[in-house]
Amino acid sequence: MLEIGLFYVAATISLISTVLAVTRYNAAHALIYLIISLLASAIIFYVVGAPFAAVLEVLIYAGAIMVLFVFVIMMLNLGSAGDDLEHHWLQPSMWIVPSLFCFVLLIEIIIVLSTGDNMLAGTVVTPKQVGIKLFGPYVIAVEIASMLLLAGLIGAYHLGRRYLSDVREPSAENETND
Amino acid sequence: MSDLVLYLLVFGTLGGAFAGAAILVWFERRLLGIWQDRLGPNRVGPLGIGLALADIIKLFAKEDWVPPFADRFVFIFAPTAIVMAMLLGFTVVPYTSELHIADLNIALLFFLGMTSLAVYSVLLGGLASNNKYALLGGLRSAAQMVSYEVFMGLSLMGVVMLSGSFSLVDIVNAQAERGWFVISQFFGFVVFLIAGIAESHRLPFDLPEAEHELVAGFHTEYSGMKFGMFMLGEYLGLILISSMITTLFFGGWLGPGFLPPIFWFFFKTFILICFFILLRAGIPRPRYDQLMSFGWKVMLPLTLINLLVTGAVELWL
Repeated sequence: MLEIGLFYVAATISLISTVLAVTRYNAAHALIYLIISLLASAIIFYVVGAPFAAVLEVLIYAGAIMVLFVFVIMMLNLGSAGDDLEHHWLQPSMWIVPSLFCFVLLIEIIIVLSTGDNMLAGTVVTPKQVGIKLFGPYVIAVEIASMLLLAGLIGAYHLGRRYLSDVREPSAENETND
Repeated sequence: MSDLVLYLLVFGTLGGAFAGAAILVWFERRLLGIWQDRLGPNRVGPLGIGLALADIIKLFAKEDWVPPFADRFVFIFAPTAIVMAMLLGFTVVPYTSELHIADLNIALLFFLGMTSLAVYSVLLGGLASNNKYALLGGLRSAAQMVSYEVFMGLSLMGVVMLSGSFSLVDIVNAQAERGWFVISQFFGFVVFLIAGIAESHRLPFDLPEAEHELVAGFHTEYSGMKFGMFMLGEYLGLILISSMITTLFFGGWLGPGFLPPIFWFFFKTFILICFFILLRAGIPRPRYDQLMSFGWKVMLPLTLINLLVTGAVELWL
């Protein structure tokens, strides 16, 4: 019973904070709600028996990726001008089509839930089982993901390198001229 | 373990962490004084220990001011995040094989997750202050912490390989059989120690609040107990990192049998805290670009080689 209670509380918090994350005009406020939403989904993962996924949700999404989002917001540092722009962009008429789609999805979820089994009766998945699965049947997916990351790394290195050589060239010329 | 013991342990940890952080404020200044050949605060009470109390009263009594140009909601939320995250981190620390609040099978990852959440405090504090020095401090801390988190996590994977578990109790038990991991995982220990200082942004890695160039960095606009929360979070982080190093690399509660295991845990943690203070007294602050290039060019390769060698030894020897 406790688990079902925890699940519904976390799910409610997740839903509310996600809606707030979408509707905030201030980017920093929106991000805080998004982080809360991610933490709530981590608790949902934990309750349904996936503690490893729960911790990774906190560690990777809330702890690393969202930090980079905040980093970008700080770099841009738009201030109140950004809020006004966002206010201008987010007209009420924008909501009609997304709401329609969400309503269809809601109906589908209600149908699935009314026919499906109890989801919370699942078993606990330990980190070891996740590791065995990842490096057993799904090893190709892991390899492809690592190649994608390597490509990103090389791309970033390439971009940074060209920028550095552009900066250095004039100073090198100055030295030879002197 | 009965419920009563568990509740006592929870409140004991809470009270002990707060009291430890308050006493550390005095203890650190006293030790710094001794190491720098001066007396340090020695006036209030025996050995000056009353200073901890005086500091608390001062912080609570000061005017708690929110600047009118700040983002009020985020400004108030930011200092609470670091204290919450650090206190949650204490839940997985095993004091002895019996005495621990929670023995999760993902305890190590939980600890890493909580330290990564503590970053938000500094970030959002810097952003909400709407002050260029605070913003620069926040930016620096974001880059510093995201970078050092990578090696912090990776340096522990050697320990996980040797003990075969993410559970901290299992890790200490594995050290009873295989010897303290500070010997077999020496490079992992060094990287974790350095990354730990960078994560709790203490001197010599306190670039986010470097007062010689950024006024006070991310907490420039903070006063009263909100500033106190940042300080509390920093000292809680220091205690937490020390107790994690004790658990992961120095055999936790293991030690000669003439004293109870819990003594050995706190003794080792205490020695490590003193070592962190010695680092503060002895090492100057690096430049920011030196800090970042040291991380990516020295620490990351070192961690990866350590991981590779540990894996090879585990597999073939």
